[in-house]
Amino acid sequence: MNLDPSESEQVFRAEVRAFIERELPDDIRQTVLMGRELAKEDYLRWQRILYKRGWGAPGWPTAFGGTGWNAVEKHIFDEETTTAGAPGQIAFGLAMVAPVIMAYGTPAQQQRFLPRILSGEDWWCQGYSEPGSGSDLASLKMRAELAHDAENGNHYILNGQKTWNTLGQHADWIFCLVRTNIEGRPQAGISFVLVDMKSTGITVRPIIMLDGGHEINDVFFDNVKVPIANRIGEENKGWSYAKFLLGHERTGLALIGQSKRVLKRLKNMAALERANGRPLIENQRFRDRIARVEIDLTALDMTMMRLLSAGEGKPLGPEVSMLKIRGTEILQVLTELSMMACGHAGLASLPQAWKPGWTGVPIGYAHTPPMAGVYFNMRKLSIFGGSNEIQKNIVSQMILGL
Amino acid sequence: MNLTLSEEQLALQETLNRFVAKDYSFKTRHDIIGSATGISAPHWAQFAELGLLALPFAETYGGLGGSAVDTMLVMEAMGRGLMVEPYLATVVLAGGLLRDAGSEAQKELWLPQIADGSLLMGFAHYETGGRYEIDRVATRAQRTGGGYVLNGTKTFVLHGAQANQLIVSALDIHDAQPAGTLSLFMVDPNAEGVNIHAYVTQDNLRAAEISFTDVKLDDHSLLGEAHAVPALPTIERVLDAANAALCAEAVGAMEALNQATLEYLKTRKQFGVPIGSFQALQHRMVDMFTAAEQARSMAILASIRMQSANAAERRWACAAAKVLVSESARLVGQQAVQLHGGMGVTDELNISHYFKRLTAICATFGDADYHLGYVSDSLLAA
Repeated sequence: MNLDPSESEQVFRAEVRAFIERELPDDIRQTVLMGRELAKEDYLRWQRILYKRGWGAPGWPTAFGGTGWNAVEKHIFDEETTTAGAPGQIAFGLAMVAPVIMAYGTPAQQQRFLPRILSGEDWWCQGYSEPGSGSDLASLKMRAELAHDAENGNHYILNGQKTWNTLGQHADWIFCLVRTNIEGRPQAGISFVLVDMKSTGITVRPIIMLDGGHEINDVFFDNVKVPIANRIGEENKGWSYAKFLLGHERTGLALIGQSKRVLKRLKNMAALERANGRPLIENQRFRDRIARVEIDLTALDMTMMRLLSAGEGKPLGPEVSMLKIRGTEILQVLTELSMMACGHAGLASLPQAWKPGWTGVPIGYAHTPPMAGVYFNMRKLSIFGGSNEIQKNIVSQMILGL
Repeated sequence: MNLTLSEEQLALQETLNRFVAKDYSFKTRHDIIGSATGISAPHWAQFAELGLLALPFAETYGGLGGSAVDTMLVMEAMGRGLMVEPYLATVVLAGGLLRDAGSEAQKELWLPQIADGSLLMGFAHYETGGRYEIDRVATRAQRTGGGYVLNGTKTFVLHGAQANQLIVSALDIHDAQPAGTLSLFMVDPNAEGVNIHAYVTQDNLRAAEISFTDVKLDDHSLLGEAHAVPALPTIERVLDAANAALCAEAVGAMEALNQATLEYLKTRKQFGVPIGSFQALQHRMVDMFTAAEQARSMAILASIRMQSANAAERRWACAAAKVLVSESARLVGQQAVQLHGGMGVTDELNISHYFKRLTAICATFGDADYHLGYVSDSLLAA
């Protein structure tokens, strides 16, 4: 056993690092490192830069224009980009709907949708949760009824509401789970459809989060017509495609790169902040808390590497649920400590200070304004992507056999 | 990066698993811990036969040239099998000190005897009042014409009463150096003035308080070639190795506990159903599983970093591992007892014995708070 990177891993890491150093725009890097809000255009700019390099889709096979990287290479890329302050790539298109389209879509659907996801031309969002269907997703009610008319041919008519939709205000497309059959087991009456966000009858209503930010929405569907050609796979088989997708989603939720980035910032903050006239880091009680979470993060990182090493580069199994639980808990602790480090100054609410290009005078240090908001916002981590309680159910069933 | 075991290591693991299953049953252990010495000579002979005692030493001294990862595999089996034999005291601690700091003559004399199973050793280091601090040594070795006179008292000497030979830390004091240099000495436990107060620990191991009153040591007793070479770095390194080994032992014990608890959840019925069908217990079991996996990751990190030439990197990894492993061990131990209900608090079932061993590991050679202190203070140096 050893932790020394292989020669090819070293070369790869150096290549990624040099690329980021050269190509990541400094304004974007600063926005990310300060914990401020990114504009849509920032995400798109970075995606175009990656696309130009041939790295637009780290998780895709080369046949569809992806990098064809194995799990270790993806991990290195993720760690390097994240710790350097690159924006996360929007997962809904690249990491969520795209694998479904590759696995279950028709060649026509693949040709139509995948290249535009890769280049960043189409921004995708997700239509899964409904007001009455959260963890019990299979109980979803949004109806899709078959219809036919001269103008649209065979199509579905969608009626209902999706919620907790992330960044749908930017989106060109939404993938939805809809009910096509109300009889039998709830899972057996669900279909997976792709919907143009410009369709008549769609209304996006912002949900303002506890930090004052707008990143989630309700999406209402009022007699929205969707061509039958936009259905993935078979009618009423959508649940199995959705489960396939959830497996892909969780892989990225260990958030190790992000936690390393926040830990580094926290250490810098604790050196700058003062307690009793001395650097906060000299306060043993606070320093111990940083040390404790750094140990947890080290253990998670080692666990990830252990799984990658054992899997010989192949995608991970149900263990990713364990990584999601620990990873989200650790990042939540880190953001909480980051807020605590700011003391009184962290309590000042300056929502404008989050915005790109803000040049006002902060209360406290330059790092202070977003910290409380980030802490509040990050409570979502243990709720989304399958709540941590659902993840425990998965580990219990799939690994422990309970 | 490669975190998989080599062919040889897989074979060693397989051998160890077979040994535990076939030769070290809970009943066998029961008989051993009830015996006068609390250890088993026939099993120690088997350890020697399997090459376990020769593992970390160079071939020149009858060893096998193994790595810290190999030691990890042995210690994991010690934990899984709840074995009470003096591997830590003899091979990891005393053997490690001899290997790292012994003179050529001392290594040639002692290491082959450890490797072939004929010699048991102990490391007498900690003293009352110093708690877990490594450099708090008051025991004095006053130089005389032809040797030393040793005075002082050592506490928690693992398998001290079973050892044929002790290594004792003491200040090497003479007129030109009245404050002394922390050094290590080979001491015959049968020498005049050595008083051994042996006891049984909570987890059925053996330990001793040992006092030295005007014990005469000859000139060759000093470990190493030269006087006035501070022994602290050697002691730090061997205690790191011991903590890495304890982490591995805890991982083995946690794995056994989790396996037994999972089995119990699947078979024990209440309200007409297996208790493992209750979500409160399922989630508890997931927490235990997750804790053990994180602990395993850190035990591996500690073993890998034991081979690092960078002392700070090595110490950080071993301290961090001990923090996380201790907290995981506490969770797994307590909850395994809890989920076994009344059976969990009986002496009859092995669950309570694993729990007690894990508890003892947490308090041996520095608890979680002590090691967190090291990790935390290293933030100041950064």
